[in-house]
Amino acid sequence: MIVDTNVYLSHWPFRRLEGDEPAGLAAKLRQRNVEQAWAGSFDGVLHRDMAGVNIRVAQACRAYGQGLLVPFGSINPKLPDWQEDVRRCQEVHKMPGIRLHPNYHGYSLDDPVFGELLRLATARRLIVQLAGCMEDERTQHPLMRVAPVDTAPLAEAVKTAPSLRLELLNCASHMSAEESRAVLAAGDVYTEISMVEGVAGVGRLVRDIPLSRLLFGSYYPFFDFESALLKMQESGLDESSQKAICEDNARRLMKRLP
Amino acid sequence: MRIWDQHAHLGSVPGDTPEERMAFLVKCMDRVGVERLILSQGYSDDRHPNPPEQFRLENDRVMQAVKAFPGRAYGSVYLTAALPDFSLQELNRCIGDGPMVMIGEIEADARCNVAGMDPIAGWAVANEVVILQHEWLKNGGNEPGESSPFDVVELAQRHPKLQIVCAHTGGNWELGIRAIRATKNVYCGLAGSDPTAGYVEMAVRELGARRVVFGSDVGGRSFASQIAKVEGANIPEADKKLILGGNLRRLLTPMLRKKGYRV
Repeated sequence: MIVDTNVYLSHWPFRRLEGDEPAGLAAKLRQRNVEQAWAGSFDGVLHRDMAGVNIRVAQACRAYGQGLLVPFGSINPKLPDWQEDVRRCQEVHKMPGIRLHPNYHGYSLDDPVFGELLRLATARRLIVQLAGCMEDERTQHPLMRVAPVDTAPLAEAVKTAPSLRLELLNCASHMSAEESRAVLAAGDVYTEISMVEGVAGVGRLVRDIPLSRLLFGSYYPFFDFESALLKMQESGLDESSQKAICEDNARRLMKRLP
Repeated sequence: MRIWDQHAHLGSVPGDTPEERMAFLVKCMDRVGVERLILSQGYSDDRHPNPPEQFRLENDRVMQAVKAFPGRAYGSVYLTAALPDFSLQELNRCIGDGPMVMIGEIEADARCNVAGMDPIAGWAVANEVVILQHEWLKNGGNEPGESSPFDVVELAQRHPKLQIVCAHTGGNWELGIRAIRATKNVYCGLAGSDPTAGYVEMAVRELGARRVVFGSDVGGRSFASQIAKVEGANIPEADKKLILGGNLRRLLTPMLRKKGYRV
């Protein structure tokens, strides 16, 4: 069984994807033995009616997931009254977490609003997912060039929200092992494998960071789902380590919520 | 599925010697079902190896690694259009008189549309050897001396009998596939970019499965992410077989036969 902590609903703005309709996405995940998938929305990257985005994510997860899809709301703290979006994610949609895209929403991680958002999410016991990038910078649309999130200030920001539960999405390609270690050591921080690269990359990563902080993430449907699956196969990790990454660590993180 | 990987390096692979690095690769190949790979470039981090001795050293490292695992890897000669005379000597040393079976990944110092590539392409045609050419189409511009798919097309049009594989098909594959579409002796290599869904479907639709060749670009990349591009694609199984190995075996067959290697 797999808990996939990094899937997206709706349409990527620059390309149609196999699996960008919720029925197809759910079918693919089931076919690949995914029992639970934490789902954000591509709409949350560029849309400004974030309340509408989150209503649609919640509806799609209810309509197509049958327990498979777990909605994560998008929050843009540069929008007016963003705190109300956080409240609705928790109180109205009963979401266990939120997903952030700082580089698309125009704030850095030393911006005071980021700290405020982390503390508010923590007070509401929401898991925070932070997407470090959405696409290789070299292949972006020329009119839509967005650099990855600069994660240098992240460790300090994490320390300002002591009970925070944070997962880094799509960060492995641009964070050094040293930087990852510092951020993970700063608090209850996790990372996922979708952008881990190099031969036997996942197996080599567990020498750098604690196994208990590593989660399965496919970044489906932007990435072929099989990429994450085969990375586990290539890792050379034993069965219990693979199970920890694919399932146990994420379940433990989710269970710690009220 | 018989997976043959056209595009592998010893760089970023653990190990102190070529043999140790190759042993690590073989372990990983076994985990994901890769039968054989084509190895090139050794493991220097120097992207502009000069003087020529550095090319020789890297080619020697590749031959050492391949020799230790004869059933699992073939060597491919590393050279540069910036040094055409030296490159011809190295072709004769490594392929003509040596065990290697392919040319490339050519990457260093000169774009592949320069005149210095013509003797190399001529040698490849005369000896029925495939070329693997590095190229990208980077948002923001390529590095100086770095080829683009358009450069590959230019070279391929000057040498219509040449069989040449774009190592990355632009990276920006929606552009790269279009750039090579009309030039039938240019192949689409899949290696070394993120496993973005839709890549292989578009390549098969626009070029046909016979012009699409699997490669990984390990050690910097995983086998996993690159195989996933094909395994995850919504295309017929027969096309996957061609892409993951059939096409490469077909392209290499003349040279493998000359060498007496098992196809």
